[in-house]
This record gives sequence, C-alpha cells and structure tokens, in this order.
Amino acid sequence: MVVATEKNIGPFLDQFTDLKDRQSVEPAWLRQRREVAFERFSRTGFPTPRHEEYKYTNLAPIARGDFRLASSSAAKVPIETVEKLGLGLSGARLVFVDGQFRAGLSQPGSLPGGVRVESLAAVAASDPSLIEEHLSRHADVDDHALTALNTAFFQDGAFVRIPDRTVVSEPIHLLFLSTAAETNRVTHPRLLIEAGSQSEASIIESYYGLGANLYWTNSVVEVLAGENSHVELYKIQHEELQAFHTGLIELIAGRNTTIATHSLSFGGALVRNDINVLLNDEGSHCDLNGLYAVNGSQHVDHHTLIDHAKPHCTSHQLYKGVLDGRSTGVFNGKIIVRADAQKTDAIQNNKNLLLSREAEVNTKPQLEIDANDVRCTHGATVGQLDKESMFYLRSRGINRKEARNLLTYAFAADILERIKIEPIRDHFEAQLMNWLTRVPEIEAPQAKRGKEKQ
Amino acid sequence: MLEVKNLAVKVEDKQILKGISLNVKKGEVHAIMGPNGSGKSTLAGVLAGRDAYEVTGGSVTYEGKDLLDMDPEVRAQEGIFMAFQYPVEIPGVSNMYFLRTALNAIREHRGQSDLDAVDFMAMVKERMKLLKMDDAMMTRAVNMGFSGGEKKRNEIFQMTVLEPKLAILDETDSGLDIDALKLVAEGVNAMRSAERAIVVVTHYQRLLDYIVPDYVHVLAGGRIVKSGDKSLALELEEKGYGWIEEEATKQGQLVAS
Repeated sequence: MVVATEKNIGPFLDQFTDLKDRQSVEPAWLRQRREVAFERFSRTGFPTPRHEEYKYTNLAPIARGDFRLASSSAAKVPIETVEKLGLGLSGARLVFVDGQFRAGLSQPGSLPGGVRVESLAAVAASDPSLIEEHLSRHADVDDHALTALNTAFFQDGAFVRIPDRTVVSEPIHLLFLSTAAETNRVTHPRLLIEAGSQSEASIIESYYGLGANLYWTNSVVEVLAGENSHVELYKIQHEELQAFHTGLIELIAGRNTTIATHSLSFGGALVRNDINVLLNDEGSHCDLNGLYAVNGSQHVDHHTLIDHAKPHCTSHQLYKGVLDGRSTGVFNGKIIVRADAQKTDAIQNNKNLLLSREAEVNTKPQLEIDANDVRCTHGATVGQLDKESMFYLRSRGINRKEARNLLTYAFAADILERIKIEPIRDHFEAQLMNWLTRVPEIEAPQAKRGKEKQ
Repeated sequence: MLEVKNLAVKVEDKQILKGISLNVKKGEVHAIMGPNGSGKSTLAGVLAGRDAYEVTGGSVTYEGKDLLDMDPEVRAQEGIFMAFQYPVEIPGVSNMYFLRTALNAIREHRGQSDLDAVDFMAMVKERMKLLKMDDAMMTRAVNMGFSGGEKKRNEIFQMTVLEPKLAILDETDSGLDIDALKLVAEGVNAMRSAERAIVVVTHYQRLLDYIVPDYVHVLAGGRIVKSGDKSLALELEEKGYGWIEEEATKQGQLVAS
C-alpha cells in the first residue's frame, strides 16, 4: 500500500482542479481518461528509488521542484532559430513553444493525400473521434506516474496519421521548444502516431531549450505501426543543461512491421527515456539504437522494454553511452518472450565509454523467457579509452585531446551510421565533435544529481 | 641527432635498461640486436614516449633538446617515428582520416599549412605503390582485419607519408615472410637519406641483409655489450646469442663488483 503524501504529488492537485474548467470543452471520454490518470498519479505520487524501475534515477528534484504548467507564452522565437533546428528538412514540421502549437513557425511540407500532421489539441477540439480509439489506450497510467501526469495535464502535441499504402518520403519533424522564460515550468507534450498498413514514414521528435531557467519536459508518445508498415522514429533530446526531461515512447507493432528507433540524448540535467515496444503480431523486426553523451553532473537513464508476444519477431538493441565529468548513466533493458513467441531473435547490447574516473554507469539486462525455441543474447560493457590506442595515435603526432576525441568519435560512429536521414546524421556527427571539444566539466548550477551519493 | 647517455629504465620495479649509451647521427642506420628480454623494445618504447616506463638515470638528447621531457605527440611532431612491433587496431577510424590528421598535426607543428585532400591523395597513392598496398586498405579502419604482414607494411607506409627525421623500427621484421620482408625493406631503403637516421631494432639478422646498417649494437641484460659494423650481425647469426649473454653476465659482474 503506497500512501500518497502531499510532497509526493507536489502542487498538482490544485493545478488539476484549476484545469478542469478549461478541459470542460473537451469530449467526455478524454475528460474521463484524464480523471483516471490523475487519480492513478495521486494514489502513488512520484516513484522513489525504492521503486525497482527507479532504483538508480531519483526523481526527487522533479518532485520537489514545484513545477507549474508552462503558460501559453507569448515568447518570441525567431524563425531563424527554428530553421536551424529544422536541420534544413523540407518535410512537414510542427513547432511547439512552451507546449503550445505555433502555426507561424511550422511548415506544411508536401504530404501525400490523406496524411494528417496536426496539433493534437486542434484535433481534440475539432474532430475528437479521430483520436478516441487510441489516445491514452496504450501508454499505461497504472503505476506509471509520469505517463499519468502527462495524460492528466497535456495541453498539446501532435497527431500524425499515415493512411494505408501511403509513403511519406520526407521526414515529419515535431519540434518542441522550451523558452524557460519563467522558472520551474513543465510541459507535457503528447504525441499520437498511427502508421497504416503498408505505409512508410520517418518521424522526428526533438526537444530543445532556449533559456536558462529550470524547466521540465514530460513527453508521452503512442505509436501504432500497422501491418507491413515501415516506421523510423528519431528522438533528439537536446534540452538545456539545467533542464529535466522524462519521456516515454509506447510502440505497438502489428504484423510484419519494420521499425527502427534512434534515441539521441545529449542535453538535460536529469533525463529518463523509456521505450516500450509490443511486438503484437508475427514477423516484425525492430531496431532500437541509442546514443547518449553526458558531462558535468548530468544524469541520463534509458529504460527499454521489448515484449515479444508473438512468434518470428526480431529485436536488436544497441545503446552506447559516453560519460565524462561526474555524470552518471543508467541502462536497463528488459526483454520479455511470451510462451507463444517461438523463433524470437532478441539481441541487446549496451556499451559505455567512461572518459573520467568520476563518471559512472549502471547497466542491467533483464530477460524473461517463457518460450523454448528462441535466441536471446545480451551484453553490457563499461570501459575506458584504450591506452595502447591512445599511445598509437599520439606517437603519430596527434595530441592527447584530439586522440581522445577521435577514439570517442569512433566508439559512437556505428550508432550515427545507422541514422538514415542525412541531415540528422551530419548534425549529430557535428554535435558529437562539438560535445567532445567543449571544455570538460560543464557544471549546470541548478542541476541536481538524480542519484543520491553519500 | 640522437644522444642516449647512460639511460637506465625500470618497468614495474624491474630494472630493464641498466645504462645505455648510443649516438646516432644524421644519415646513419643503426641496428640494435639482442636476445628476447634484453630490453630492445623497452629502448624503442622509451624513445617513442611510452609511459609505462620509469627513467631512473641518464639522459636522451634529440637535436639538442631533452627528449624525455616531451609528450609522445611532440616527439612525433619533432620528427620521431616508431614502427610498432604490434600495430594497434582502431575500429571506427579510417586509415585515411587517421593518416591525414597525423600528417596535418605534424605540418602544423612545423608551421606548414594543412595539405589539401587532392595533394594528400596524390602523395598517398604514390607511397602506397611503393609498398604494394591495396587502395581498399586506406578506406578501412586502422589495421582492422589486416594480416600481420599488412600491419607491418602499414607501419612503414605511414613512415613514408610522415617522413620522420628519426625512424625507429621495433621488430618490424618479426612474423614477416620473405616477400613481405623485402617490401618492407624496400620501403625503408627508399627513405634512407643524408638527413634521416634510422634505428632498426631486431632479433634476427635476416632483415639486415636488406637494410644494411652502418652500425650494429648488441643489447643483452639491459646493456650494449658489443658494437661494430654489419659484420657483427653476421657473427651473431653464426654463433647465436649465447656467447653474448655470457659476456653480458661477466660485464654485469664487473659492474656489480
């Protein structure tokens, strides 16, 4: 029995009551889902490190942060900033500033007929039946406080629907910006993505901060990949270094789908990324790639959960981490193979490179296998730069720092090579080099270490 | 060019070099021979700047400067090159990128501008021909999937591109078949010049049939126990290292007493 304390649920009860007025224009089914979600959250409050899934990531800095919903800010964001973060992609782009959709900063792209890329709030107001079937039907609010909070409070986000047999050739970009004009503000971006049968699309969700105040982003993404669809998801987490970011991707794969996710996490003081994949029918393949690079006192946590529910599916995970300064990392990869899921092929790898003596990583694979004809492998490594390689490079005239950068870059290169969208790959190659050449030990003044140390 | 005086070196508390003196001038080729465990590779490593060593005595002067005071990259930038006995595999870094980065670091140190891609390629192609290197080797990651012989050839190839003033070849011949050995020797000989010195560290005399040294030094028990010209190498080949080791023991006793 978990007893809710006021501290545990922070200021959210008042806020939820306040919001009810505004949400009263929403359809009854949505109001009801929000009520249920809030009730679930109130019951448990924020998870503490006693919760198995939060053993190494302490959300206390978020829980005691007294976060208020970001108000519909009038903050001016120059189009040049958006263009830069848009990486020169010409496809459809939705831009959100402090949680609110900004049509003026967005671009329609040229989408095939029937494809919808719209503000979720707009759809909820104008055509709610479009989202009723799936919104908040997959991302579980029971015992998932952050998902419950998002569900109770989300103000906007994106709705993407690709009709059957439709190929969207240009990546769809969903860009979330936090101006952090006021301190201790939170946004709860909500995304619903439905890829029809035999459709193909690449979707990018990216998160950037533009200000120095403390803010928190708590996103939830539900993705439904229809039969024989090809879906590529990119998550770019590049929050400001003082910010908190928590995000969930809940992905439901139908029959014969091909799915790839790429998680690129560079920013944030305290970051928690969850990806849950349900392989719900036969013959699907999913690749989960991840790269995190942290410094100073940053803390980054990746949790993956692959649920092999049906036979003949493959899941390949490769997450790589580069940790410098006093940063800490967590990787927790869980693979469930149900009794029915024969011929499952699941590979999980997590590799970490520690660039300093103070950096640390906790990495844990969890396998629950109930079928007998399967192949499941996992591996985790935590290492330093190879001394002999360093000496080899230096003996050829390359200085210590450049040698370090070259070897670190090489460590991460295979994750970047898997990125199929060239501007994103180029951007992150540059980001990584830039990250490497930054002065070590960047301290974020308001950053609290997620993990309590003695 | 290189003056080693009474150099004494410890590795993990064990005294490996016990007072080595060596004088290498421009244009000379010196061979350092000796049985396994005599300290040959330690000497090469100390000169290149490997940090597992503790210098307990003596000095090394390179072009009038204190070599032991320099970081390995500075030594390389100042013109020292060591061909590794065991070249390192570096996944994810292409040979081409690696070599261009190294060359431009050295050029920068010399106050020269970066070599542009076209000039770099032209030079690389020419040097690759000399060592009969496959074009594909350049785009592959450094030493990844290379055979033993290819790795050693790659070392010499790097040397021909970086054009050092002082090259130290650490057992470059070990493990090579005769064809590979000839190729490597050809590469080294092409580099011989009045401005360049080469120190060849080897266990076997065979390499010296192809790279003919001006001087041969025999290292045993952490000391140079005998120096001579190329005929010394032939003598060693004939008689083996046994008699040298006996002599080293005697000398050691003399020093000890």
